[in-house]
Amino acid sequence: MSNPILTVSALTVVFPDNNGGLRALDDISFEVCPQEFICVLGPSGSGKTTLLRVLAGLLPPSVGEVNFGDHQQPRIGMAFQQSNLMPWRTVLENVKLPLELAGAADAESRARELIDLVGLSGFEDNWPRDLSGGMAQRAALARALIHDPDLLLLDEPFGSLDALTRERMWSELSRIWQVRQKTVVMVTHSINESLFLADRVLVLSARPGRVKLDLKVDLPRPRNEDIRYTPHFGKLARKLKAAIE
Amino acid sequence: MSLRGGLRRTAPKSQRGNLQSGAFLFFQKIASGAWCPRNDIRDDMTKPSLTKRIRSLRPWLGFGSLLAGLLLWQLAARMGGLPAFILPAPADVWSRFLRAAADGSLFVHMGVTLAEILVGLLAGVAMATILGYLVAKSRLLENLLAPYLVASQAVPLVAIAPLLVIWFGPGMFSKILICALIVFFPVLVNTVVGVRAVPPALYDLMGSLRATRTQVLLQLEVPAALPIFLGGLRIGATLSVIGAVVGEFVGADQGLGFLINVGRGQYDTALVFVAIFALVVMALSLYGVVAWFEKRLLIWQETSQIH
Ligand SMILES: Nc1ncnc2c1ncn2[C@@H]1O[C@H](COP(=O)(O)OP(=O)(O)OP(=O)(O)O)[C@@H](O)[C@H]1O
Ligand SMILES: [Mg+2]
Repeated sequence: MSNPILTVSALTVVFPDNNGGLRALDDISFEVCPQEFICVLGPSGSGKTTLLRVLAGLLPPSVGEVNFGDHQQPRIGMAFQQSNLMPWRTVLENVKLPLELAGAADAESRARELIDLVGLSGFEDNWPRDLSGGMAQRAALARALIHDPDLLLLDEPFGSLDALTRERMWSELSRIWQVRQKTVVMVTHSINESLFLADRVLVLSARPGRVKLDLKVDLPRPRNEDIRYTPHFGKLARKLKAAIE
Repeated sequence: MSLRGGLRRTAPKSQRGNLQSGAFLFFQKIASGAWCPRNDIRDDMTKPSLTKRIRSLRPWLGFGSLLAGLLLWQLAARMGGLPAFILPAPADVWSRFLRAAADGSLFVHMGVTLAEILVGLLAGVAMATILGYLVAKSRLLENLLAPYLVASQAVPLVAIAPLLVIWFGPGMFSKILICALIVFFPVLVNTVVGVRAVPPALYDLMGSLRATRTQVLLQLEVPAALPIFLGGLRIGATLSVIGAVVGEFVGADQGLGFLINVGRGQYDTALVFVAIFALVVMALSLYGVVAWFEKRLLIWQETSQIH
């Protein structure tokens, strides 16, 4: 494959606390190729969110480094564990925020396009307080995509969706990922979700987070529900499950 | 009926009752001539018609009770055998008002007090907001300023008002200063609390989008801190009226506080009442302006379910 777009080497994050520091991530190394879709699995508190925050440049590593190859400053689209919409902005205004900050001209029409894509047409002028959890997450996803980022960082973006909507969003996300050629790092709790979407799955151990397994998902694309019943899917799922436990 | 329906619809759609004092609701009731929270409209459609008829009378109840109060006052003043310099009748107060209005003196004094209030409020709010933002952002500054802030709260402003008048003279400046000082603290505290209450996750969002310092300030911190800040402004607006009057009591040759002093000195109690009513109108208008801004700026958090 081509040169990695993102190289993480010997990354360690220690949060200061009263007894010698809380080690959230410990000696993490991996590479991400352009247009690769990576899922990060791991138990609660294993540092998944912390990892994304370091990748987004929000948190400096305590040890080690993160390199972005040619893109020294990749454009980042981030969706957070909580939808994290600004309550004083309508759905439309929330979605167009990244373009507004970048001073883009056609913010409004592109925002409407993406709102349509995530199935929120008709809710453009609603306040976030009027949205269900799932709708808010879809709005947040639209906001993460709108400025055509080089690197998409998703922190359990489908956590509060019902099973049906979630599977629809999976296919939607795969489609966007293939059409727009994005690099994605996505945190999830769900083995199924990671096998549906990812090229590779990283499993983090319980705190401090270490890379316990780096699994290549060589399932054919496009993937649909039926792939769940193939023997290969079952084999990969069992490997992931064993690594998590 | 259709006229009344029209009136109702122009009435405030919903009031954040829990945030507004009874006095303001009362003021709004008089000002708009129709007071009706949203649930009234909803109930109108479900409750039987008798309740509906009583409800439709409700806008007039406020007027009615106000009239009854005036009548009682008039009766007490005339029949109670109290001399006019102790309790003037409403009619006396009204004619005193007309006299003071006719020679223009009332409006001059109102204008002076209003100017002191507005300038003092503006200056106090400006200083408190800037300093509050810096304190919210810097623990060092907070620790440096904490003793002064606590001390300034412990000293009752009424007690140092004479000092300020001695230092800065009986003119408007000492009143403006008292106003600004009295407004300063609540606005400062609410600015600090408001800015500190900005959700950290939203800072992460702005950071991931590489927002500039100014963008973070204008697109995140200002709107996020606004609800708590405006709460402080509402308190400050009320206090600023008190500040101006206290200053004028201590030493002044103009203003409504001065007018009250004059009325008291000359046993012109009706004039005292006129000045008090003028103050009440000013205070409520000021409060109304702030509340109106609050309503306009915070529509996004208005909850339609809770009354
Ligand atoms: N800003 C911070 N300051 C101090 N400790 C932190 C901070 N952020 C995270 N931690 C700690 O680091 C550890 C990892 O947290 P993190 O949020 O990355 O876990 P996670 O894998 O995302 O968990 P979950 O699946 O529950 O979201 C936790 O023990 C947490 O308490
Ligand atoms: Mg997390």
